[in-house]
Amino acid sequence: MSGLSINVQRRIGNFALDVRLLAPRGVTGIIGPSGAGKSMLLQLIAGLQRPDHAHITFDDQVLNDSAKRISLPPERRRIGYVFQDALLFPHLSVAQNLDYGAKRRDASLTVSRDEVIALLGLDALLARRPHHLSGGEAQRVSIGRALLSGPRLLLMDEPLSGLDPRRRAGIMPFIEVLNRRLDLPILYVSHNIDEITRLADRVVVLHQGSVAASGDVAAVLNRPEIQRLILGDSDDTDPAAIIEARVEAHDEAAYVTTLVLGADRISLPLVSDAVGSIVRLRVHARDVAIATERPQGISIQNILEATITEIAPTQKGQVDLTLSLTGAHMLKARITKRAHDALVLAPDRKVWVLIKSVALVSTS
Amino acid sequence: MGDGLFSSGLSAGEAQALWLSLKTGLVGTAFSLPIGIAIAWVLARSNFRGKIFLDGLVHLPLVLPPVVTGYVLLLLFGHNGAIGHWLEAHTGFSFAFNWKGAALASAIMGFPLMVRAIRLSFEAVDPRLEAAARTLGASATNSFLSVTLPLITPGIIAGSLLGFARAIGEFGATITFVANIPGETQTLPIALYSALQSPDGEINAMRFVLLSLALAAVALIASEVLARGAQTRIRGRI
Repeated sequence: MSGLSINVQRRIGNFALDVRLLAPRGVTGIIGPSGAGKSMLLQLIAGLQRPDHAHITFDDQVLNDSAKRISLPPERRRIGYVFQDALLFPHLSVAQNLDYGAKRRDASLTVSRDEVIALLGLDALLARRPHHLSGGEAQRVSIGRALLSGPRLLLMDEPLSGLDPRRRAGIMPFIEVLNRRLDLPILYVSHNIDEITRLADRVVVLHQGSVAASGDVAAVLNRPEIQRLILGDSDDTDPAAIIEARVEAHDEAAYVTTLVLGADRISLPLVSDAVGSIVRLRVHARDVAIATERPQGISIQNILEATITEIAPTQKGQVDLTLSLTGAHMLKARITKRAHDALVLAPDRKVWVLIKSVALVSTS
Repeated sequence: MGDGLFSSGLSAGEAQALWLSLKTGLVGTAFSLPIGIAIAWVLARSNFRGKIFLDGLVHLPLVLPPVVTGYVLLLLFGHNGAIGHWLEAHTGFSFAFNWKGAALASAIMGFPLMVRAIRLSFEAVDPRLEAAARTLGASATNSFLSVTLPLITPGIIAGSLLGFARAIGEFGATITFVANIPGETQTLPIALYSALQSPDGEINAMRFVLLSLALAAVALIASEVLARGAQTRIRGRI
């Protein structure tokens, strides 16, 4: 079997982890609320924790086999690990941090040192010490350090959660490039749906130590019960829908990209993805407005016809609508109870959906 | 002995006492350092049933009257002591009434201070740094040597100097264990004590006091310089 195959159990106190999953090449997003066992799962795969019972293989090589009492030590697994807080060696320069793995392992690298430095933009940082780096810089160095140890598999444990949103947005393109450039499976742990939507090829939802759902990112993460599981039941959580659309054209002069979604067209600020490629968008319910007639003379460019399929009242005078677009696409809208009453909305009613184009963010 | 308080040059007796203090302090510290690092590591990083007992045992010389420590050493390592007798019979090695005994006594008295300083520096190092090193291909031993050990160097320097400073000031345990033998076990504090016992020893005693002050000052300055150097090596120049 190609890729990573995991069957692992571990119990600590009241918490029991029991996970079976396969991770082929590409990015497997692992998402779940805190305390779901995400980091524990990664540490078990890396050999940093001892399982009660495990059978873990990678491309036919056994990493753990409890029945045969096999447990490869972490240094012989060739699994790169990027920690949430970078964990650079403070007494070594950036260059020495990058070379730490290569000095200890004569692994054939799929990327050269120069290429990693260029990919991650580390050139200006090489002589610095870790405590002179910003959080985002440190995390880039940490990713580079893992890549240069010749890993066959990369584990990333919430690598962006310690960073502010601007830095997070700055580092995501680096991870996307890595994924495209390297032919290795990446397990990417996060509790942030936006990150997973943008980076993952498939998703595994972890809840209380076991797999609650897995598969296609949009299909899994659009399920309301999965969203509740990840975000909790609070009304403050913001529902969103993930849609996948094809790039139709770029208008560089107007700085606009047009996407095809079923029979509809939507536009968003220019993205770099090639024409014909599929991008994934996460549309937040709060960015979607409803009109009962097609509005005229309005700055919003994306006006789509839709049918209301479900109306769910939430507390605090708000209503969540589920809307069906052409081509089986689905959106969520959150409007006030007062607006809902004034417009006399009801299931099966045809409405116009307004999406501010700036609310759309390319994901792949 | 010197002619006056500030006459230049050390008398033979003074030089002997100074040299003995340095020798017992350095040898005692050097031999106890690896054990101190190992015990500090165990106390900082592991959890086991007898940990509180080990912790207490290490700190015992700090709270016991030094005379008690010296007497226990005499019972254990003296000519007829449980360990001393066996050592002498099988290896010919003896701690009894010689400078090696003085080194042992001073090392034991400095040990708690040394372990405390090193343990604190272990506790300041994130153990996950070693985990990171392991995922990059370092064995358990190599990750300790290449990551943790360099990071605790300031603690090792501070601990060694604290231990050394305590060792060269050692009096009670030493005089109880190996007595007061000029040229063999008469270190600076013991020489000072002897000078005070003789009728016109006040000037001599004062010279030993000045000598001790000078030694302490040198040790303090050395510790400051070394610790700063180590800190710079770890964090880089600002």
